[in-house]
Amino acid sequence: MSLNRKDLLGLKDLTADEITLILDTAEPMKEIIQRQIKKVPTMRGKAVVNLFYEPSTRTRTSFELAGKYMSADTINISTSTSSVVKGESLKDTAKTIEVMGTDVVILRHPVAGAPHILARHVSASVINAGDGAHEHPTQALLDMYTIREKKGTLAGLRVAIVGDILHSRVARSNIFGLTKMGSEVRVVGPATLMAPEIEKMGAKPYYNLEEGLQDADVVMVLRLQLERQQKGLFPTIREYARIFGVTKDRLKVASPDVIVMHPGPMNRGVEIAPDVADSVEAVINEQVTNGVAVRMALLYLLAGGGNPHEPAN
Amino acid sequence: MNLLIRGGRVVDPANNMDQVADIYITNGKIASVGAQIDVSRHDCEVIDAQGKWVFPGFIDMHVHLREPGYEAKETIATGTRAAARGGFTSVACMPNTNPVIDNRALVEFVKAKALAEGVVHVFPIGAITKGSRGEELAEIGDMYQAGAIAISDDGQPVANAQLMRLAMQYAMMFDIPIISHCEDKQLVADGVMNEGYCSTLFGLRGITRAAEEIMVARDILLAEVTGAKLHIAHVSTRGSVELVRMAKKKGLRVTAEATPHHFTLTEEAVGNYDTSTKVNPPLRSAEDVQAVKEGLKDGTIDIIATDHAPHTVEEKDVEYNYAPFGMIGLETAWGLIYEELVEKGILDLKEAVAKLTVRPAAIFGLQGKGSLTVGYDGDITIIDPALEETVNPDNFASKARNSAFIGRRLKALPVYTIVQGKIVMNNRTL
Ligand SMILES: [Zn+2]
Ligand SMILES: [Zn+2]
Repeated sequence: MSLNRKDLLGLKDLTADEITLILDTAEPMKEIIQRQIKKVPTMRGKAVVNLFYEPSTRTRTSFELAGKYMSADTINISTSTSSVVKGESLKDTAKTIEVMGTDVVILRHPVAGAPHILARHVSASVINAGDGAHEHPTQALLDMYTIREKKGTLAGLRVAIVGDILHSRVARSNIFGLTKMGSEVRVVGPATLMAPEIEKMGAKPYYNLEEGLQDADVVMVLRLQLERQQKGLFPTIREYARIFGVTKDRLKVASPDVIVMHPGPMNRGVEIAPDVADSVEAVINEQVTNGVAVRMALLYLLAGGGNPHEPAN
Repeated sequence: MNLLIRGGRVVDPANNMDQVADIYITNGKIASVGAQIDVSRHDCEVIDAQGKWVFPGFIDMHVHLREPGYEAKETIATGTRAAARGGFTSVACMPNTNPVIDNRALVEFVKAKALAEGVVHVFPIGAITKGSRGEELAEIGDMYQAGAIAISDDGQPVANAQLMRLAMQYAMMFDIPIISHCEDKQLVADGVMNEGYCSTLFGLRGITRAAEEIMVARDILLAEVTGAKLHIAHVSTRGSVELVRMAKKKGLRVTAEATPHHFTLTEEAVGNYDTSTKVNPPLRSAEDVQAVKEGLKDGTIDIIATDHAPHTVEEKDVEYNYAPFGMIGLETAWGLIYEELVEKGILDLKEAVAKLTVRPAAIFGLQGKGSLTVGYDGDITIIDPALEETVNPDNFASKARNSAFIGRRLKALPVYTIVQGKIVMNNRTL
């Protein structure tokens, strides 16, 4: 089975069946990662370009490993190290990618919709690795994979997403994905960082952390961009930590078997207390491993051929 | 050269006329309007207008011709050709050029250039403040005497309320309207589209309606204090429509315009990230579009103007946040007015034509324009109600291509544009 689409631009357009297919496909991929020799020939002869207009070592490395484990030829292009400099338009870059015969482009971009524009200009599959405050579908898929792994299901779970909802593509993609899979999604944060009319997306806003965490099965803590404070979106980082920082104490109102997630990198002591980050409830390291598995699954479903279980020789 | 337009359905709102008639133009002026004009003795060109609609020439009081300074986007030559192709015989051009039209010499430059290279009438609008920087008043009186018909810092709101008040008081000496681009820049922040569910969904920064409405309210209050003629540009929200309605009820000299894109498209059009949909003020919600239509219907919104804002393909063919604001509108305006307002029963034909002719002429004091009264300029727009066409950028006379209506089928299109008795557009070509 494969995804019947050229690109993965967001979770808004995916069906619950497609999401399930991706998560199911990630399971054997995770098994490959845990082997001694992490290599399958699934993507042999395929060219994958990591095109990053915004730095993110974590996401880029995860995609790069996913490609390499499946024998793809991957190259990284980032704004600081290549011809992709200010002045060359995304459309020009698209032309270059097209003539290079690329099979998959993974695009990270600071502007919402950039992957959609690129996808219209190239025949390669485009995977959105984060576009502005719009979507970060692979992060949400790895989050959902991790939740499913821990809880056995996504249906009927109470998931609280805490932090800067307004600027968060992680929050948006998770809301799209989780609500489709039957979870109840709450978004918690200061009013100045809440996205307008977000309840129409199916997520209930909370402005009080304890209320938002009440009986939550999953707490997803977002990274706070500290420079938002400079823009006056909240008074001080200290006040943010006091009112919206996720601490051991505050987690007491959540479900006894709550799991705590964070897309990283963490501001310890700001949005998440150090003892929470290092607690048994935290599944932050698993998220990283699962990220590679989910991205392998996506590359396979969009551009791979052959049997993913076949070992490399 | 004399011109006879024979047998068309003549709609002239100023004279409350809607009947089949002939129009005879001589020496560039309307000589007579009536049944069966006999011109057999004259040397005369004849247009057979049977089955066509004959209107006073359309007037667009809000266009950006970009000359001087941004000739890559548009020039007076190309912009007036786009106007002619859209059935407009007169346009007023905004002063946010480079340099800004803030003195007599530049007003005269635009007029001279329009006379030499333009194909329709061009009425320059002068800046309110020097360089549109919002710091000191421009030489409004001198520009008025040189031919500026109104003043505006369009694109740049006058942030300082005291300066705006002084501008209004000053402009009253010449009885010219002050056109306000209503926008509170602090509230706009980094916004690129309307704020609401769609901005949340598309992950783009929103612009609250209050950014527009606060300035509409402020300027109405200042118009009340000063008694000045205030014209609100590109009204886009329900709140703005209500504020203008209130001002009119109070008897203030406040008028307003709406653009075809604001009464045709909603914020949902932004969903494909086509940068043509990035306009200022932004495309709003269905409820706002409805309110703008109601405002047009009940007369709260006096006129329709395109805010024709040309940009180069290179500037617009980028990621959404990086693109400049603005959409072209001259060549698609009438088709959209017809479909969205006339066919949908918001305005009848006469009312729609009034918003493009007699009303703008009256508000901006354009002599001899906006009607088919004998002695007025022979400016005429002829529409073929049977003509349908798909909007194709290859046919644009404008240099720009930033239209969100490309590929849309439009009907009842202009087939003749006649300026002072001279045919400048015939059968959709110049
Ligand atoms: Zn404006
Ligand atoms: Zn304008």
